[in-house]
Formats: sequence, structure tokens, C-alpha cells
Amino acid sequence: MVEKDTSMVKYYLFKIIIAGLVIIAVLWVITPFIISILYAFSDPTDYYSKEIIIPLHYTYEHVRKLVALGAGTAIINSVIVALMTIALSFALGLPAGYAFARFVFPGKDSLKLFIIGLRMFPIIVIAVPLVSLYIRLGLSDSLLGVALAHTAMALPFVIIITSSIFAGIPKELEEAGLIFGLDRTGAFLRITMPLALPGLAAAAIFTFIMSWNEVFIAAVLTLTNRTLPAFILTSAMAATDFIKFAASFIMILPAMIFVFIARRYLIAMWGITLR
Amino acid sequence: MCKLFSKYILIRGVFIAMPSHPSFVEKYLPYILIAPALGYMLFFIGYPLIQAIYLAFTKNGALSLENLDYLLHSPFSKFYEALTNTFLLVIVIIPIQVAIALGLAMLFNIKFKGRNVALYSIILPLTISDVAAGLIWYTMLSTNGFFNKLFINLGITSEPIYFFGYQFRQMEFLAIVITEIWRATAIVFVIVFAGLQMISQEHIEAAEVFGANVWQRLRYIVFPMLLPSLQAALIIRTLFAFQIFGVVWTLAGRDIPILAGEAYYEQVELKHQGVAAIYALVIAGISVAIGYLYIKLFKAKYLEAGT
Repeated sequence: MVEKDTSMVKYYLFKIIIAGLVIIAVLWVITPFIISILYAFSDPTDYYSKEIIIPLHYTYEHVRKLVALGAGTAIINSVIVALMTIALSFALGLPAGYAFARFVFPGKDSLKLFIIGLRMFPIIVIAVPLVSLYIRLGLSDSLLGVALAHTAMALPFVIIITSSIFAGIPKELEEAGLIFGLDRTGAFLRITMPLALPGLAAAAIFTFIMSWNEVFIAAVLTLTNRTLPAFILTSAMAATDFIKFAASFIMILPAMIFVFIARRYLIAMWGITLR
Repeated sequence: MCKLFSKYILIRGVFIAMPSHPSFVEKYLPYILIAPALGYMLFFIGYPLIQAIYLAFTKNGALSLENLDYLLHSPFSKFYEALTNTFLLVIVIIPIQVAIALGLAMLFNIKFKGRNVALYSIILPLTISDVAAGLIWYTMLSTNGFFNKLFINLGITSEPIYFFGYQFRQMEFLAIVITEIWRATAIVFVIVFAGLQMISQEHIEAAEVFGANVWQRLRYIVFPMLLPSLQAALIIRTLFAFQIFGVVWTLAGRDIPILAGEAYYEQVELKHQGVAAIYALVIAGISVAIGYLYIKLFKAKYLEAGT
């Protein structure tokens, strides 16, 4: 919104102010990430030295210690839970998303609004009552139990995202398939699905991150089979500072890799799901 | 599965399918596709809610207010503190987040070199868990942490500032506020930024033609059109803020009791299922009230948007 008739001085001043503000904003967000990663590998002498702000000597010892404490198993548990959550929430959510994108039917708007409303429900509150149900079902302290609860959390998001992905694929392509002899299932599997695949992959990453990051449900529902955040919440808190730094490093690493891969999709998706 | 089209007629050399009478499956196909997901969610929200009420208000199968009595009157219960702290955190954090997000959205609405890279950086905290955010800020603020060393070496302070520990609860509160602003402002930003980008440039240009200055354009064009996004962001953020847990638990533990933290403590440490259930119901009640407001305010907007 630069005035067209402002003088050059005013124009450059404006540019410098903008650049300064952007740099401050980016530094404010990025610095803690960088510092926590550096500190996670810092040599203890550097950390306890008052003069050294940025560590100069590095060691893998803290991460190794954390993994030995049980973080390795916890990471595997987290991945298993996240993959089960993706499988379950897509098996249930994909058909629903498709129905909202492709069909016009009585009650569609109310149903959609209802699902948007369910997204607002604080899923963490289901954890406490689920404990007694899981004991009866033999699911207590199981990864499947956590995945089932995470599915309930992720499902509204999966429906909303997949619905908008399918809505973005022209209906006419499917209709052309129907004319040329495919049935509905065939048209969906052979025309719509391949086109939707990149978007769906990004949606899967979104679901993975949701499950990977969730801590309350996982911590309440498990005792020995901890996921990573639950393990860190219950074990690392009493540990030394270095273990905490290493813990934060291990936790943010996969999310950041995934975000880097799917960054374009993720911003659009947050837009869709949060609107 | 089922054939939608049964007859084909030839028009201009192309077979065109004629719709047949829909079968039962065809007629109810959208409902059949939605039913499993909806059923799953209704079960996983409905059953725990009923179970929570049962856990909260019965003892050995008989109606009992023992849990409620413990919650409200036991010296071990920190219910009032938790309620106060949760509301206090929401009241302090949300306005700051909205103000920062609004400013950032305005800033990023200007086109400049490297905008996308800056955008991805700003949004990074959205991808990490609250526990990780808490630990990251522990790294920044601990006694040997980044800020204390930086300030001492720059000569701003001579002694380290203590952020953690029961006797420094006010500083712990400050650490939580800083962490939450760092972590969750991005959510507000994404919504407001998306809303800002949807405003057509033509409206603003039209105002410019008619001689509106920068402030007038903001006041009479941008803000009114941004209001729905702003409200949506505000309510979503408020909703999640009442569930705050990971950041508080990693930075302050029970020094600063909050609703979700007390639910976790009563459930996992003390095995007071009924008391934990009441906390769950309180959080659910607050959320439903805010969610209701959300639906009521934005119903028209969603139906309009269509997607």
C-alpha cells in the first residue's frame, strides 16, 4: 500500500521499516528453535560457562542418553500410533469428505455444520472417561487405544480437508468416466483418486503431526507403552537440563522435516481447517 | 457397487447415459458414506461424556456428591486456583496474540522479497507440540539459558533472572505467557492473514480513487471485511487456550494449577477418576459455550462459503 506519489526518501524509509519488522518477527520465532537445537548438543562445560552464549563444543551424549532412557521405544510407539490414526481416520473420513464434496442431499449443510462444531469439542476431555472403558475392552495401556482416541480428534479435520480436496477436482472428469463405461467406484478409484493423491498425502502428514504432537490423551491412556510426548512429559521432567534440551530436539525434528516437505500444502490446509 | 446409469442413447455419435431409477443404495449413498465417520465421532464424544457424568456423580453405583465436595472443599484440591489461573492466562494471552497476529498479517500483506520464506518461518511453531514448545522456552529462560547469559554478557543484568521454581511463580506465569505467545500466535495469524488476502484489492483501489487516506482505507474497508476472520480466529484460539496443558506442565508443573493439568494430576497421580471427570466436564462445558457462540455467529458464513 505504498502511496504512488511519495518521495523517494519516504519510499525507502518505508522499505527499511518493513524489512526491519519482518526480520524482528522471523528472529523472534526462529531463534528459540536454533538455540534449543544447539543447546541439545552442547558440551556441559560450555553450557555452565557464563561467558559462552553460543556453545562451541558439541556432543551427541545427551541425545544418546535420552534414547537409552526409553525415548527410542517411545518414538517407535509414536510412529505406530500416528500411522494407525492415519489409517483409521482416512478409512472413516475419506468417504464422508467425498460425500460432502460430490453430493447434494437434504441435511447436508446441517451435517457439515455439525462436524465443524465437533471439531471444536475439546477432545482431551474424552481421555479420562475412556480409561475405564478401555479397561473393560482390554485396550488399557495399548497403542491401539491411543490411536482410536486420536482418530476421534483427527476425524473432523480429515473430513473437512478431504472434502475441500475432492471439491477442487472437476466433477466433469468423473462424469466423463461414467459415460465411458466406468461405474461410480471405478470412476472414483481411477479418475478422482490419482488426482487427489498429492493433497491426500499432505492431509496424511497433517494427521501425522496432530497425532505425533498430542500429549494429554496419550499420557492419560498409557502407562508403559508411552508415546514420545507422554514419555517426555512423565520422564524427562525430573531429568537434567540437557535431557530436556535433547527431548525438545527429538520432538521437533520429524515435524519440521514433514513441514519442509509439505510446506505449500500445510499453509493452505491450516487455512481450511481453521477458518 | 451400483450402476448409476443403465441405458445409453446415441447422440451425435456419442453414447450418452440415461439416468435410471435410483436404487436404495444410490439414493442414500451420501448418508451411507458419512454414517461411519459420524457414528464414530458420536460414540467417541457421546460415550465419554455420559461416562464422565457417571464417574463424577456416583460412588459404588449410588448417587454421590463426594467428588464434587472434594473438588470444592478439600484442602488438596486446587480447583479455584486452577479455574482462576486458566481464565487469567486466557485473558492475558489472547489480546496480545490477536494484536500481534493482526500486525503481522498487515505486514505480510505487503509484497516483499523473501516473503514466502519469512511466512514459513513464522508458521513453524504451529507444527510442534506444546510440550516441545515448553521445553524450548525452558532452554531460553533457565538460569544458564540463552537470555540470562545474553543479558549478563551485555551488562543488562548482573544476576541471572530466575524464571522457574515455586518461589518464582510470577516469573513462571510470565514464562508461560511468553511461550504461548511464541507458540500459538501463528494460529491467529494464519486465519487473519487468509482473511486479509481474500479482500479484493479493487475495493481498496476504489477507495483510493475517491481520496481515502491509508487510515481511512483501513478503518472503513479493511477492518469491516476482516471482522469475520478476526472473530473466527479469536474464538478458535480462546477454545484451545482453555485446554492449555503441555506448556504449563513442562514449565511450571503444579506451581501454577490449571484445569487440564489438575485433571491430569487427579487422574494419573491420585487415581481420583471422579474428580478428574468433573474437570473434564468443566472444560467441556466452557468449550461448548464458546463453540455455541461460534456456530451462532458464523453459521451464515459457512453456508455461504459452501466448501
